[in-house]
Amino acid sequence: MSAVAETMNVTDERLAGLTLPAGGWSDAARKDALSRVQMMGLPNRRDEYWKYTRPDTLTQAVAVPAALFHNDEAALFDDVERLKIVFVDGVFDADASDDLSLEGVSIERLATADADIHWARDVYGVLETNGQKPVERPLAALNTAFATDGVLIHVTGAASKPINMIYLHNSETSDVMLHNVIKLDAGASLTVLETGPAAARLNMVTEVEVADTAALHHIRAQGRDHERRAATHIFARLGTESVFKSFTLTANGVMTRNECVLELTGDDAKATVGGACVGDGDFHHDDTVFITHDAENCESRQVFKKVLRNGATGVFQGKILVKTGAQKTDGYQISQSLLLDGDSQFLAKPELEIYADDVICSHGSTSGAIDETALFYLQSRGISKPVATDLLTLSFLAEAVDEIEDETLREQINERMASWLERRRG
Amino acid sequence: MLKIENLHVKLEDEEKQILKGVNLEVGAGQVHAIMGPNGSGKSTLSYVLSGREGYEITDGEAHLGDVDLLDIEPEERAAAGLFLAFQYPVEIPGVGNMTFLRTAVNAQRKARGEEEMSAAEFLKVVRAKAKTLKIDADMLKRPVNVGFSGGEKKRNEILQMAMLEPKMCILDETDSGLDVDAMKLVSEGVNALRSEGRSFLVITHYQRLLDHIKPDVVHIMANGRIIKSGGPELALEVEQNGYADILAEVS
Repeated sequence: MSAVAETMNVTDERLAGLTLPAGGWSDAARKDALSRVQMMGLPNRRDEYWKYTRPDTLTQAVAVPAALFHNDEAALFDDVERLKIVFVDGVFDADASDDLSLEGVSIERLATADADIHWARDVYGVLETNGQKPVERPLAALNTAFATDGVLIHVTGAASKPINMIYLHNSETSDVMLHNVIKLDAGASLTVLETGPAAARLNMVTEVEVADTAALHHIRAQGRDHERRAATHIFARLGTESVFKSFTLTANGVMTRNECVLELTGDDAKATVGGACVGDGDFHHDDTVFITHDAENCESRQVFKKVLRNGATGVFQGKILVKTGAQKTDGYQISQSLLLDGDSQFLAKPELEIYADDVICSHGSTSGAIDETALFYLQSRGISKPVATDLLTLSFLAEAVDEIEDETLREQINERMASWLERRRG
Repeated sequence: MLKIENLHVKLEDEEKQILKGVNLEVGAGQVHAIMGPNGSGKSTLSYVLSGREGYEITDGEAHLGDVDLLDIEPEERAAAGLFLAFQYPVEIPGVGNMTFLRTAVNAQRKARGEEEMSAAEFLKVVRAKAKTLKIDADMLKRPVNVGFSGGEKKRNEILQMAMLEPKMCILDETDSGLDVDAMKLVSEGVNALRSEGRSFLVITHYQRLLDHIKPDVVHIMANGRIIKSGGPELALEVEQNGYADILAEVS
């Protein structure tokens, strides 16, 4: 079978099992997205953009079942004052969720937002469509067409507390598509927390419109179910002097592809995407980032750290595109892996494409083992080799975690990682 | 306290003998200094005693009290009371100095079957000791040795020594990279720790450190052996005439 025929086959099979939800105001966007999926076809392993990650299990008609993970830890951010919105295998759980009201913020669900002229119409599928060039992201278009629920957040002021979407996974066969839209008006600010594995297979799209001088802080922890699979996309557009900061913690999960597509369209905007991942054994984790600088004096940072062992695989594809006229751009990109044994691998493809002549862009990618000198230093102070190794592992991850601005939230992530490492030692 | 007998060490990866029969005994409460030209094996001796990988012991023994040092892991040697102040203290980003110190103190206490120090108690003790070494709260909070000046790193080594209360301290070229004031500060820190139950082995190139930390015995090491031992005057002799005379004398 030719590659094209194979792609169409997979796409047809996947689409055959899905029905377009009746979305009211989102109908046009959904139909449009469906035709884009049909045009593009779902990704296959011959696609250059999927060179290091096999898309099969993310595109096949029926999701591979995933055993549930019995987590005995306290839920992350449990003691943080926040507004909770809970989904269980993609289904909204009203009883477990808080009242969806917060001053300066309007919160609705995609499934029930039915106003004829809805603010989200200007964002839903729009940023995703923008993000399809120059690289196609068919799984995101699939999501725009078929997402069954999600959260629509419109922020008009400074939110007094974070909104925490909690995605629980209670069914071994759940196959879920959620689509969130976050719009921040000029000067508004919000912190969004996302926690949990969500489903056996998750396809998640989040579109974020950050108006001038607005700020979004996003922290995500993807849940520890070993067999879960996820393909996520974040599409964000940044206005003048706006701030967008996103951090993702990933531990476990047999297959994760996190794409982040950012466009800096207003001068003096600042964007950061960071990730810390800890993979052991049957674990494939892919961070794919595409940042477009289309305004002057903007700053972007990509900081990704992966700790891999027992055959785990880490992938990083990161691109900075600086358009003509995006002078004084400051782009920084680092992706590093700590390989705790010889079986694991890290594949990195950093790319810079620059059409302006007055910019600073730097990128670096490394793979390494635990530093023997540092290990000896710690041991010579009486710290046992396993504990010393863990301290150095946390030290390695710290540069990414430090991108989280809020100290309390940052410490929660650090403590969580430390406790995982400690439990692993037994 | 520390007894080294006929210690022979080669590099693990190559056929290069570095220590060729070192004999040394440091009594309780004594300060011994080892001087010697570059490449004589001084730093190797400190690493081998504290358990760094990459060396093969081909003959000989080393004991700290009753403990056979060469048979156990670096962390066990530390818990037994051995401390090495590094010539180049290692930077560890992302690990707070306090966290590191407390982990180390409690790991040693646990290994010795003692009760761990509470956070409050630890804080009190570390603050007091840091103050005498002019280590401020910011240095305690910062990641281990990251962004520390040469002098700050060495003071941090002495703070660790003060917190861990070892029996046997090895100072590997602690004076390197220090200006006069920093050397004085570090030396005062070391001198404050001198006691009947604690011994020191001070490895240095220069006599000037020994003006501040006064040794009981000075050894000259060359070509993997201790070739001459004497009182503090031996260090002065080296300072004035270099090693040539001594090397000629024993050859």
